[in-house]
Amino acid sequence: MDWGNIVTLTISGCIGPLAVQYVLAAQGLNIHYGYTGLFNFGQAGFMAVGAYGTAIVAQPSQLGGYGGPLWLGVLVGVAAAVLLALLMGLPTLRLRGDYLAIVTIAVSEIIRLVVRSEATDAFAGGNSGINGFAASFYEANPFKNNGRYEWGPFSYLGKDLWIMVLGWTVVGAFALLTFLLMRSPWGRVVRSIRENEDAVRSLGKNVQGYKMQALVLGGVMGAMGGVVLALFQNLALPDDFVTRTTFIAYAALILGGAARVLGPVVGGIIWYGAFAFLTNVVTEAKRAGYFPSGVEDNAAVLPFVFLGIALMLLVVFRPQGIFGDRREVELDAR
Amino acid sequence: MPAEPANATAAGPTALAGVPREVGVAKPDPVVVADGVVRRFGGVTAVDVGHVEFQRGAITALIGPNGAGKTTFFNLLSCFDQPQEGTWSFNGEPLRGVVPHQVARRGMVRTFQLTKVLSKLTVIENMRLGATAQRGERFLSSLLKPLWAAQEAEVTARADELLVRFKLDHMREEFAASLSGGQRKLLEMARALMTDPELIMLDEPMAGVNPALKQSLLGHVKALRDEGRSVIFVEHDMDMVFDISDWVVVMAEGRIIAEGPPADVGANPAVIDAYLGTHHDRDLAPDLGGGGTS
Repeated sequence: MDWGNIVTLTISGCIGPLAVQYVLAAQGLNIHYGYTGLFNFGQAGFMAVGAYGTAIVAQPSQLGGYGGPLWLGVLVGVAAAVLLALLMGLPTLRLRGDYLAIVTIAVSEIIRLVVRSEATDAFAGGNSGINGFAASFYEANPFKNNGRYEWGPFSYLGKDLWIMVLGWTVVGAFALLTFLLMRSPWGRVVRSIRENEDAVRSLGKNVQGYKMQALVLGGVMGAMGGVVLALFQNLALPDDFVTRTTFIAYAALILGGAARVLGPVVGGIIWYGAFAFLTNVVTEAKRAGYFPSGVEDNAAVLPFVFLGIALMLLVVFRPQGIFGDRREVELDAR
Repeated sequence: MPAEPANATAAGPTALAGVPREVGVAKPDPVVVADGVVRRFGGVTAVDVGHVEFQRGAITALIGPNGAGKTTFFNLLSCFDQPQEGTWSFNGEPLRGVVPHQVARRGMVRTFQLTKVLSKLTVIENMRLGATAQRGERFLSSLLKPLWAAQEAEVTARADELLVRFKLDHMREEFAASLSGGQRKLLEMARALMTDPELIMLDEPMAGVNPALKQSLLGHVKALRDEGRSVIFVEHDMDMVFDISDWVVVMAEGRIIAEGPPADVGANPAVIDAYLGTHHDRDLAPDLGGGGTS
């Protein structure tokens, strides 16, 4: 087994382009679940509309898209996320929290199944998705697309570095936005809604309005996660937006600490780092022939098994995550 | 602050002196009027109130045995629940179909029987939340601290005053979850006062409050009236009812069966009857020489 290779890949992976999408999705869930107490189990749906909005608008017309500029595509993706939040929020935000959970998980699956169905083949590309829309993005790359950039243990292709720089800039902007919002009276209202919305209502605050603002904001963050993924792959693929994606983002959020500005950022990095590490170990072990022949083909699920166990241990021994305040988690036990 | 506190000091209670002691009687200056409010839960009629008026600037107690519909009536008046029939108004404006937060913004603020403190917020943050019309609560202006910092300081100063008044100032930085049941009642009342309400509706403010605190809480409620606010409260603690209320409305099985000044209501056979059904041991009128202990 080549441990040096494993370590390099892990360190490079934990802040790589794929980690960015989970960080962005988790930042959105932090607004929804961490601060406002909204159970959005359909973050993958927001990511999907971000990715597909970008892809459909920006794909060149000879490939079947609209051939619009990329920035317009991103804008359409974000606008679609706003619309999606309004559509899901209007009927459910006045009901008890579980209804939002049910509706969001259903809607995100509906979106995925619609874009992968044959009926929408003409504009969404069916189960092979939409590709070839990010050419202008990589033309604008100040790094050499196929050049290799190394710095200590980090090693990236120029094209990856470009999406990472932009992706982490967006992460930083969202973290700043979250910080500014949550230190303000606006943040106090949404945190209070998480605790008890009737109390907030009785004090004259428009609870529905605040929940809607939070749903839209977190949804837009999720959509940007989808945009980053789509640009990185130059491909919007329906099965990237399965429900598992939502739960990975939740795992990252809880690992880092919910209702903390940097919780989802650090949680996402560590989660994806751990995932990259386990995947690389399994790959190397496979190459070295450590698995019996029957198990070999299924070895790819092993990282998920280990992460599932790790998540259980986390919830038992450090329920507040890395940044959380244990006192807060234990308050509910009374 | 509500209008003309000085004039209103005694106007509310004294104006009630000549009002006849009969159910549904008109008050000289009603702040809340309810008409034909009916709330059914399946086959059970929880509230069926014909006509009732609550005097402005007075303390009105709403009493009755368990299951009489007092809290349900409270929920209806504050629009947290909708009745099948009926109309009701606050300051002459009809409230039917109004959303709860709008009711609160109009100056009619309530507390809850089961306290709803915001556990993971500190006591002072709970208080700050109560303040109305905060610029920093709007999405865009919340991003720029200079736009709301001054108002936040004002709000904090007012919150600190109230915390001292309610003897919660030593708990200022603690999570609200660490308060005792009685302290939570106090916090909820103080937080409601942060909205500067014209009418405050207290649902069992004394439940779980220790006797020493009770006395000071009684003082707070009286002070609210003296500031010109109207108070309606639901309470099982008869000492409190007889001590501070100017007018008592008695409910049983969803209906209002009697109303009048505390002394009259305590002597009313219908009231004693209604209570005897469930409270044989309750001393209804301790101050009236009926073998009272207080």
